[in-house]
Amino acid sequence: MELVTSFLAAAIVAGTPLLFATLGEIITERAGNLNLGVEGMMLMGAVIGFQMGLVTGSPIMALLAAMLAGALGASIFAVLTISLRANQVVSGLALTIFGTGFSGFVGKELVGQVAPDSIKMFFKPFSLPGLGNIPFLGKVFFNQDLFVYLGYLTAVILGIYLYKTRKGLNLRAVGENPGAADAASININLYKYVHVLLGGALCGLGGAYLSLVYVPAWQENITAGRGWIAVALVIFATWNPYKALFGSYLFGGLDIIGFRIQGTDIQVSQYFIDMLPYLVTIIVLVMVSLRKSKRNAPPRGLGVPYFREER
Amino acid sequence: MKKTISLIFVLLLVMAILVTGCSKPEPKQEVPKEEPKEGAKTPEKKVKVGFIYVGPIGDGGWTYAHNEGRKYIEEKLGVETIFKESVPENQESEKVLNDMIDQGANVIFTTSFGFMDYTEKVAKQHPDVIFLHCSGYKKLDNMSNYFGRMYEPRYLSGIVAGLKTKSDTIGYVAAYEIPEVIRGINAFTLGVRSVNPDAVVKVKWTHTWYDPAKEKEAAKALLAEGADVIAQHQDTPGPQQAAEEKGVWSIGYNTDMKEMAPKAYMTAPIWNWGPYYEKQVKAVMDGTWKSESYWGSMKDGVVELAPLTDVAPPEAKEAVEKAKADIIAGKQKIFVGPLKDQTGAVKVADGVVMTDEELLSMDWFVEGVEGKIK
Repeated sequence: MELVTSFLAAAIVAGTPLLFATLGEIITERAGNLNLGVEGMMLMGAVIGFQMGLVTGSPIMALLAAMLAGALGASIFAVLTISLRANQVVSGLALTIFGTGFSGFVGKELVGQVAPDSIKMFFKPFSLPGLGNIPFLGKVFFNQDLFVYLGYLTAVILGIYLYKTRKGLNLRAVGENPGAADAASININLYKYVHVLLGGALCGLGGAYLSLVYVPAWQENITAGRGWIAVALVIFATWNPYKALFGSYLFGGLDIIGFRIQGTDIQVSQYFIDMLPYLVTIIVLVMVSLRKSKRNAPPRGLGVPYFREER
Repeated sequence: MKKTISLIFVLLLVMAILVTGCSKPEPKQEVPKEEPKEGAKTPEKKVKVGFIYVGPIGDGGWTYAHNEGRKYIEEKLGVETIFKESVPENQESEKVLNDMIDQGANVIFTTSFGFMDYTEKVAKQHPDVIFLHCSGYKKLDNMSNYFGRMYEPRYLSGIVAGLKTKSDTIGYVAAYEIPEVIRGINAFTLGVRSVNPDAVVKVKWTHTWYDPAKEKEAAKALLAEGADVIAQHQDTPGPQQAAEEKGVWSIGYNTDMKEMAPKAYMTAPIWNWGPYYEKQVKAVMDGTWKSESYWGSMKDGVVELAPLTDVAPPEAKEAVEKAKADIIAGKQKIFVGPLKDQTGAVKVADGVVMTDEELLSMDWFVEGVEGKIK
């Protein structure tokens, strides 16, 4: 039992960077923009957040810098795809390549340095008063660091925003049918810009979790493919922030389960386990398309540049 | 829309393959054989020394240790050196080698197993340039291979861990299932059990050399299973930090990792390439250099145990000093019978010393290790 709780608690931690990146990509795609630059934005957030944390020693500044860096990366994508209407897939891939190179370049001097104690203390796991004492669940969910709680909060806020507010409805309309949304006098470009940038900021936070809390140190290519898992997770979660919460922790668990079953009698190859998140995504995709439920379908305007003149 | 989705999937698959495919190949070793042959002639000349590294010099581990060796010869011999970091272990390394030769390098150290075949190829094309390859087994007239008997200081670090553990469970974050790593785990376990016969060493494989997040995760799994000392074989401080966060203790690797985890770190088996590099480059300058297969020991100073910190148990210092003196004097062999394997069967009979050949192809765990070699 002890082992199970410790595994589940570790799965939450491993899933947190995925959660932020997935939420970021969900609101980006809800605005009809497919940004495949998640990996790049995460890396930019990771390196800039770490740099800022090292220089100032302030966790708040580090988080703000990481969000800014992610948003900056997303702004490149936004200008290319929203204003210039370039191909979204190509622009996103370019952003990934740019972000990888940029972070390697900026982070060269940071390799081998450790996050300052002030940041380590700030993100030390603590028990939430009341909730932390619930048997089992308290240990798993409410004895975590501040960043993890921020993750829960962000997912819930985004869920409420998307499904319960007028602006969220507008956003969904922009993603589904920009023409109709435009006719309803919604400012398409403004919505797209705001949400693409916000998405980038969340991806940056996801990266910063790795460099500031999870490892905590900067290392080249620290994300190690997590950005791509996040892209898969968006589909897994069927563009729903609440499901993203579940999906991220599930994928986080898949990420670390290999070490936990090593040495037991269960014989599974590590490489097979590394493959599981992608396999699960494909299965979910197949199930979703078989059921043909409108609720689970991707935003219809996803990946299509919007030209008012071509309506 | 369907098109876009399928496009995403193709891309995801491609990235998945790229991401998982880029791992460091597993080093293998063969027995260093001394063969007599005509030495490569190098008249006294100005040397320019090139270094090719597999990681960043700031990794605080493997590459950092090699770079310290580079700085050492720069200072001691006043030679000019050039280096290139994070060179991938593929065709690219050949390009880097040729580029270094164009820049006038005439002695080149290639410091990772994966550079072996490319070093060999370039060495054949440039008989006037001298190559030294770390951790491989290929040798030409102008190409040496060299490595160190890391298992000796690992045994010593095992003594420290064995004295420190309270739960009698020690976690070992292991890299790949290759003889070098297995040998290290066995020597470590023998060290642990020489002072604490009840202790067990639990092993988890990460299949990485450099992935702090993953290695930390493996250490956390070991801690959850009751380990209170963590040792490692990768080039990052991830496992050290896992131990620090849990408030238990750790044994590092490659270099002194004290700064990474000041409250956990006790000591580390470390590399000290400087003196060997100096000797080799000096020999080149004097024209006496000959290619060889070198497996340096604690006696040569290539490998050693980092100073014990205050965290280490007080009685460890004496025990380590004694064992160290005996090993260096040749009085104590580490892999000497009776050695039992995990099932308890006697694998090496009483008094028999394992040969280098056996050590270099070791593929079984000694008694006291909990883990599987697939």
